[in-house]
Amino acid sequence: MTATLATSDPVLLDFAEEVGDTGPVAVEGGRTRWSLGGSPAEGTRLVRAPTGLVDYAPDEMTVTVRAGTTVAELHAALAEKGQRTALTDRGGTVGGALAVGENDLRALGRGLVRNSLLQIRYVSAEGRIISSGGPTVKNVSGFDLPRLMVGSLGTLGLLAEAIIRTNPIPPVSQWLAAGDADPFAAYDRLLAPSAVLWDGASTWIQLEGHGQDVADQQRLLDDIGHFTEVPASEVGEGPDPCPVALPDHRWSLAPGELASLERGELGRFVAVIGLGLVFADRPQPVRPLSPEVAEVSGRLKQNFDPTGRLNPGRDPGRK
Amino acid sequence: MLEKLRNLRRSEPQTTGDPFVDALRAALGPDQVRYDGAHRSLLSHDASVFDGGNSGPVCYPTSTADVQTIVRLANDHGRNVVPRGAGTGLAGGAIPLGLPVVVAVTRMDRILEVDPVNRVAWVEPGVVNLDLTRHLTPMGFHFAPDPSSQQVCTIAGNVANNSGGPHCLAYGVTNAHVVALEVVLPSGDVAMLGGLEPEPQGLDLRGAFVGSEGTLGVITKVAVRITRNRPAVRTLLLSFGSVRDAANTVSDVIAAGIVPAAMEVMDQPITRAVENYVGAGYPLDAAAVLLAEVDGLAAGVDIDADRIGEIGRANNATDVRLAGSETERALLWKGRKTAFGAIAQIAPDYYLHDTVVPRSALADVLTEIYAIADRHDVLVMNVFHAGDGNLHPLLIFDGREEGMMERVHAAGAEIITASLDAGGVLSGEHGIGVEKQQFMERMFTDDDLDHQNRLRQAFDPGCRTNPGKVIPSGHSCADIQALRSIPREVWV
Repeated sequence: MTATLATSDPVLLDFAEEVGDTGPVAVEGGRTRWSLGGSPAEGTRLVRAPTGLVDYAPDEMTVTVRAGTTVAELHAALAEKGQRTALTDRGGTVGGALAVGENDLRALGRGLVRNSLLQIRYVSAEGRIISSGGPTVKNVSGFDLPRLMVGSLGTLGLLAEAIIRTNPIPPVSQWLAAGDADPFAAYDRLLAPSAVLWDGASTWIQLEGHGQDVADQQRLLDDIGHFTEVPASEVGEGPDPCPVALPDHRWSLAPGELASLERGELGRFVAVIGLGLVFADRPQPVRPLSPEVAEVSGRLKQNFDPTGRLNPGRDPGRK
Repeated sequence: MLEKLRNLRRSEPQTTGDPFVDALRAALGPDQVRYDGAHRSLLSHDASVFDGGNSGPVCYPTSTADVQTIVRLANDHGRNVVPRGAGTGLAGGAIPLGLPVVVAVTRMDRILEVDPVNRVAWVEPGVVNLDLTRHLTPMGFHFAPDPSSQQVCTIAGNVANNSGGPHCLAYGVTNAHVVALEVVLPSGDVAMLGGLEPEPQGLDLRGAFVGSEGTLGVITKVAVRITRNRPAVRTLLLSFGSVRDAANTVSDVIAAGIVPAAMEVMDQPITRAVENYVGAGYPLDAAAVLLAEVDGLAAGVDIDADRIGEIGRANNATDVRLAGSETERALLWKGRKTAFGAIAQIAPDYYLHDTVVPRSALADVLTEIYAIADRHDVLVMNVFHAGDGNLHPLLIFDGREEGMMERVHAAGAEIITASLDAGGVLSGEHGIGVEKQQFMERMFTDDDLDHQNRLRQAFDPGCRTNPGKVIPSGHSCADIQALRSIPREVWV
């Protein structure tokens, strides 16, 4: 018997049957980003993705997890072996985190969500289980559907199971804060900070790594600002843990645009320097897709979901 | 050689009898369209073992507008388009099938802008991988993907194949280093895919395009991520009495939570060939050597280098050597990267394979690969990206020997099967091209392949861009149609 990606997992096959091949359907996860890109249209049947950790191989740095598993549960299991993923924990599910595709504000240290997905199994509009990608950390076998699924809001297929790359949790993690620092100079000075946050006045930096390296990097900041260590007890818990309260709305900008942010446009903001994420009081205006990108995207939707039954009402172009 | 080609071109008639070629010549500069036999023959091949390519006119665009003109004319004349970089691909991805126009992007080779604030470089598609890194090095940056062909391969080729290289273990493959792509779509429209922001609006067409082997359009501009140079690097050479011990060391290093920048293994036959070729200081008596590199900040790299040494010793390493100077380090890497040149001393032909297995299965699959080669009486050498589990069994032979090619292909097929059986995949970095099309059905179901084809057709509804690649023909009917639609009169 040669290897194949075809699944015989009855849990996934049951999910496919539940999704079926007719009528509008959407997956309900943690509802943490329920109306992003539009809420499901009225009359849409809601289903839940299967749950459970299927296989965790710490020595491969990969984990196979069903889409309905919460990110918290996944990360708790990984933490026991000193590992984590690029997914952000907003109280929702793995499938939701992938379908939404939002990055952790510490993505400079953890990587982007879109780079962490190795293999997916999803239920197609025809109610079939489709697999793409592969279980190994490196793979170029065929077209890259996993990349396409990240951020697609479940409009091309309903995620059932994923293999995700894991990373070691560094031995030391330290947040620093300064009221008088130039965050751009700090970002340029450091080799690989996990996060550099700036609210227009104060700067917060997360350094991770071996203890001596963290201390050495901290010393490099001496002439940039009066940085003090933030005690772990002052680093907020829950989604986007960091030492500063974050405004509600997320903006995605080129990192080079952050130096000229206008309070008039954003209200209060916390920008992630080097990454381009900004948390702001006001929502980011929708950035229209170019006609050429819209045309290909429209054909993708048509080809993957000809009757428009998957997550009707949602549009990844309006996130 | 060049002079010869120039003379050949001069002697070409003003009209070719093929209205498509005439239209290309009228629209582009006179030296941008080549139709002479020598040129077409040259561009009918890439670095793979596959014959059977058949190039139509060869075009050398110098701008996005040129590419757009070529694609639109190809559409008007019902002809296919095959994009091409340096032609270093090993899976036949750039082999033109059915007399298409070959769009060679090698003259679009300018580094347009290095933008340190956004940490990207905007480059044209024909920029050579190593040229980009050389340009960036004085600014404190480099381009992380470093395939062994990096001295000649182009960025567009890297994007098309989602290329890897030894240092992708820590930094990720090309997809993680491409933030935006300007492409000429098969319709002839120009589109910008992706963007500098971390979460561009809409579906990730950029992500889908990378690794699509030239089937979704022609790349005309790329924004690549530039990576800061690491202040500290430690390179270790570990020697072992068995390949199994080397493979187990790799697996144990990852299990210990260390992510080195690179971990490369070479077995004894290839190590000897390399040492003979470049004199890099590799031991001749070791059954296998492991080249491991850690980079980053000073304290961490020392800790990790020490631990790798300890793990090696626990796996019976007979010697653990730390490169004492940049010269020694460079020489060790030179040995690794010229491994394939070194085998020319041993036999005239080689067939390089490319599969990936879980790291924990490395030792068992390697044992199986040696047994397969024995059974088919073919010489095999192994040099591979061990840290990723990316195997590169190198079958070495003399193709003139009676029945040899059959044995080589039979051994290759068994190696692929053994890798899949161990939970691996068909290709780690060379791609599917024409080489592994027939194996796609072993990894994917009919439904899976149907969905890959849906992606393909969303970009290229007529399947006119690099047809006959990646998806096996039974699952890609439009491809067959496109190949059959070549006008009879152009078969010259």
